[in-house]
Amino acid sequence: MAMYLDRDDDLGGFHPEPDDDLIICRCEEVTKGEIRRAVHEGMRTMTEVRRFLRVGMGLCQGGTCGKLVKGIIAKELGVKPAELEECTSRSPARPIEMRVFANEVSDDE
Amino acid sequence: MKRYDLIVVGAGPAGLSAAIEAAKYGLKTVVFDENARPGGQLFKQVHKFFGSKEHKAKIRGFKIGEQLLDDAEKAGVEVHLNATVSGLFDCKEITVIENEAMHHYKADAIILATGARENMIPFEGWTKPGVIGAGAAQTMMNLHGVQPGSRVLMVGSGNVGLVVSFQLLQAGIEVAAIVDAAPRVGGYGVHAAKVARCGVPFYLSHTVIKAEGDDRVTGAVVAEVDSHFKPIPGTEMHLDVDTICMAVGLSPMSQLLSMAGCKMQDKGGIVPIVNEYRETSIKGIFAAGDVGGIEEASSAMITGKITALAAAYELGFAEEKEFREGETCYKASLAQLHEGMFSPANKGRTDLTVTDEGVLLSQNLLKKGYLDLGEIMRFPGAADEVKKVHGIHPVIECTQNIPCNPCQDACKFGCIAVGADITRLPIVNPANKCTGCGMCVASCSGQAIFLVNDDFSETEASVTLPYEFLPYPEPGTKGMALGRDGKAVCEAEVVSCRLSPSMDHTALLTIKVPKEMSMTARFFKAVGV
Repeated sequence: MAMYLDRDDDLGGFHPEPDDDLIICRCEEVTKGEIRRAVHEGMRTMTEVRRFLRVGMGLCQGGTCGKLVKGIIAKELGVKPAELEECTSRSPARPIEMRVFANEVSDDE
Repeated sequence: MKRYDLIVVGAGPAGLSAAIEAAKYGLKTVVFDENARPGGQLFKQVHKFFGSKEHKAKIRGFKIGEQLLDDAEKAGVEVHLNATVSGLFDCKEITVIENEAMHHYKADAIILATGARENMIPFEGWTKPGVIGAGAAQTMMNLHGVQPGSRVLMVGSGNVGLVVSFQLLQAGIEVAAIVDAAPRVGGYGVHAAKVARCGVPFYLSHTVIKAEGDDRVTGAVVAEVDSHFKPIPGTEMHLDVDTICMAVGLSPMSQLLSMAGCKMQDKGGIVPIVNEYRETSIKGIFAAGDVGGIEEASSAMITGKITALAAAYELGFAEEKEFREGETCYKASLAQLHEGMFSPANKGRTDLTVTDEGVLLSQNLLKKGYLDLGEIMRFPGAADEVKKVHGIHPVIECTQNIPCNPCQDACKFGCIAVGADITRLPIVNPANKCTGCGMCVASCSGQAIFLVNDDFSETEASVTLPYEFLPYPEPGTKGMALGRDGKAVCEAEVVSCRLSPSMDHTALLTIKVPKEMSMTARFFKAVGV
């Protein structure tokens, strides 16, 4: 996938917008304004914004907000969403209790 | 660690079809699904499917689901339910959360058929209870028998939005409006038309901007949008609704493929780059159904078979001859579904103005959800020569090239022809005598066929229409005939309401109306209901 990353780009500063308090990531309660501000503070990739704000790290693992977050970041950067690298997919792909995660069993043939 | 020849992830239409196909070639196969029931989305689909006989056309989705489960059982496919595949690793090893433990499985080929999830768009108040996905509404209605609300705003006019709107009406729920930010109805015109004639208004180039209410939805504000999809100030309109249903697209659930290291691309959703057999950049890992790109269940079943056939061949279970024959057959079947105005190749196109036959498309259908009378007369199923036929005859209001032909098979008297190319518009042959059996009316998945008899009596005509609402009206019931826009046009009386098992719950409701209304009356509403 194409990747956008140019930290020298002048994004023209953060300007408040009327819908900045709109919640985008419901699981972690992150607003549109927080995501936009993060981009202006130097977060230029999905992964950076994710680690900085915890967007997409809640119960649904970005299932609902992933695409929305990507769109917001892309717009702030003035690029197409497809130009942004996705966050890394990792196991476990679904939320799981630690006691289950640690309960490894070996099913022999 | 348990080993199989093939692991299938997801027991929806694609995954089950893949497993059934693989079993034919003797692959030791296991299917995992995180849900408690197999079948994926099929069991929510109460409408009749499109396509031709081989695509299981005119069969309702949940029935196709039942057939698939039956076939899977007969084929001896091993299905693990409540089994969440949580990781896909090197050398085709997976981890599965099952019975509160982590299990490891390994196979020589893996078919991912994990489907898709619903998109959302954020707006003021979108996190309030009462804002739900269209799929959630279907789950509540069609699986659990629960009404999601009493009055609904549908956001999105694609096939999901249209089909679910109709199902909401069938469940006795009011649909206040369908809005779509796009300037044209996104789904099939026939789906739009059957909702519009029930009186649901369409607002194209409109979007929802606010969910009203304190702790739950008590209303919605919609507004017109400009060509950049920005709401135009001053166009706001309040709608009294308690539910806002979002049908704004689907995104493939492709995380496992990304995790495995398959090359991916962003096509409005993250999909794997695949070859003609839906094999990803990693040999032996395939993507079947929606996870490889959003389509619908009929294509999903075929891509499921293609992936399994390719896996069987790669692993040495299928002979080259079997593989080539199967490949040819499935590709042809898929190609049929990929024809027409709504084909993947035509996705997003807004420049189509005429059908394949060269007939000017209805602009009203794209803007308001229904055709006006003048437009209908230019289509082959309702043209002037059809109108001149004496006695009872079909009027087919099918005006877009979609892959579907059950009407042709339904008519045993040769009155209806689609031809070998199943996306062609059906033609009514006036030379062959219609007996008024109505099998075409019941078999049309788009509910776009009506029987009209201008010679019903001295002053009256009869109109027979497909009717899928309970209770079925009794003969003699008086009410109003509704036009294609859902507005009352004249008084009407039920002559008969016919139903046989072969009609599969699509009743043939015959009403009598003043002669001059025979081409206008298209729905019936009993008085006082």
